[in-house]
Amino acid sequence: MSRPLLEVEGLEAGYEQVAVLHGVSLEAAPGEIVAVIGPNGAGKSTLLKAVYGLVHVGGGIVRYDGDDVTRKRAHELTALGLNFVPQQDNVFPSLSIAENLAVAASVLPRGERPDAVARLHKLFPLLRERRRQRAGTLSGGQRKLVALARALVTGPRLLLLDEPSAGLAPRAMDEVFAKLAEIRELGIAIVIVEQNARRALALADRGYVLELGRNRYEGTGSGLLHDPKVAELYLGGAARTASSSTSTSTPGGMKPAT
Amino acid sequence: MFLQLLANGLVAGSVIAIAAVGVSLVYEILRIVNFAHGDYLTFGAFVGVAANVRYGERMLVATIVAIVATALLALVLEFALWRPMRRRGAGFMSLFITSIGLALLLRHVLFLVAGAEPRSYAVDPFKVYVVGSVRLGGSQGAAIVVGAVAIVLVGLLLARTALGRKMRALADDRALASIAGVNVDRVVVYTWLLAGALAGLAGVLQGLVQASFTPNTGFQLLLPIFAAVVLGGIGSAYGALVGGLLLGVAMELSTWEELAGGVNPVYKPVVAFVLLIGVLLVRPQGLLGKERLL
Repeated sequence: MSRPLLEVEGLEAGYEQVAVLHGVSLEAAPGEIVAVIGPNGAGKSTLLKAVYGLVHVGGGIVRYDGDDVTRKRAHELTALGLNFVPQQDNVFPSLSIAENLAVAASVLPRGERPDAVARLHKLFPLLRERRRQRAGTLSGGQRKLVALARALVTGPRLLLLDEPSAGLAPRAMDEVFAKLAEIRELGIAIVIVEQNARRALALADRGYVLELGRNRYEGTGSGLLHDPKVAELYLGGAARTASSSTSTSTPGGMKPAT
Repeated sequence: MFLQLLANGLVAGSVIAIAAVGVSLVYEILRIVNFAHGDYLTFGAFVGVAANVRYGERMLVATIVAIVATALLALVLEFALWRPMRRRGAGFMSLFITSIGLALLLRHVLFLVAGAEPRSYAVDPFKVYVVGSVRLGGSQGAAIVVGAVAIVLVGLLLARTALGRKMRALADDRALASIAGVNVDRVVVYTWLLAGALAGLAGVLQGLVQASFTPNTGFQLLLPIFAAVVLGGIGSAYGALVGGLLLGVAMELSTWEELAGGVNPVYKPVVAFVLLIGVLLVRPQGLLGKERLL
């Protein structure tokens, strides 16, 4: 693995009175897809918000491209080449689709904005057709696409995605995952938090299992997916293609978190 | 008579609308119900009178001085008061109460510095323009023209410029705007500058239209301004414009004699609030407001 793009070490974070993360660590290499799974209340979403400076960070360190960015403000992170798609409230509802993209594109130098938007239109043809439509009038699945596009327009090197498939009908979900595969082709690293753990792990290079605000397991995506213990505890039943060969001793497979 | 009342209504409505847009923008973007906005107006009116009467500047120059000074006042207060409050996590109610305190402070500083006697601008009160059957004083004519221009400019700023787009994005969702790369603090500064400038302009216009004013003038206008914001739809700058004009016109037209004899002018504010209640009964979110659950 090359030098990590994102390094999270011993992150403690939470809300006013409640600590949610008790020392979580995570790494993502350039171009890598990292899935974070775990039961409700494990602190998956809080982890992303803490990296993005949106919740109170009590301890630990976040490094991006080798620099300490802990407690940096969100717009500063965005300028550095990160972006974040929250689970809900991820579009500006009273702005048109074009305006949603334009607000995000204003991070870029003026000359690069039209190209950036044109690139996005190629990836999301729908957004071009409907560019005058208000984002608030779109369906849930379309909003997710606008939110993804909004995050991508700045040309980030790392995307944090919070439950991109939550609340979507199966077909819209397929569409979102298909887009994620396309985004991977662009060489953008993704840290994805997902309720739909199987699909996320199937897509991911590596995965982390969180429980009660702590690291529980980590390993390769398929390693975790095929591990019987992870399957039973976190994937809602026995692994479909589980085999005893993917045990803790498999290189790159599941290993208990340190 | 009808046209005359309509013109008078547009005069009163323009002033209210200009002030109400500022209140609405500040509410949308900062979630502050700024009770002190009326006193920003008064501040502008007094700076204008100082420039115009004391230093003998032309009215146009005095107006520009008032606009700049009030924008700077709003800016100073952002850095000295509002930003520190936000950093400490002040909630909606704390900010509201703070603004009431600020309103009292500003007003009484004006009383101390400028005194309580009524002030007037050095303009010719007998200059009258006649357009068809309508007679308008120079100040009133200026209020309509300047008001219309200001309203169009603010509308264009919001709809067409990058800053306006960022302001609307911030009004929609502050956290998301920040994620999208918007420097929230900077947009907030521009919002205060704009709201302050509009307050300064409205203050001078109100001083001109009323012929004289005291440190209480802005505060007395605060109720119609808030009514305009609510009528147009809380959180909608365009709504505040419409609400302001509508209130001004409705108040004046209510005195029209052919309209069931017309109401006694003393009751004009009552008409404004009956209109407000009536509209809210039918459209609780206001004329242009978004439906939302609070």
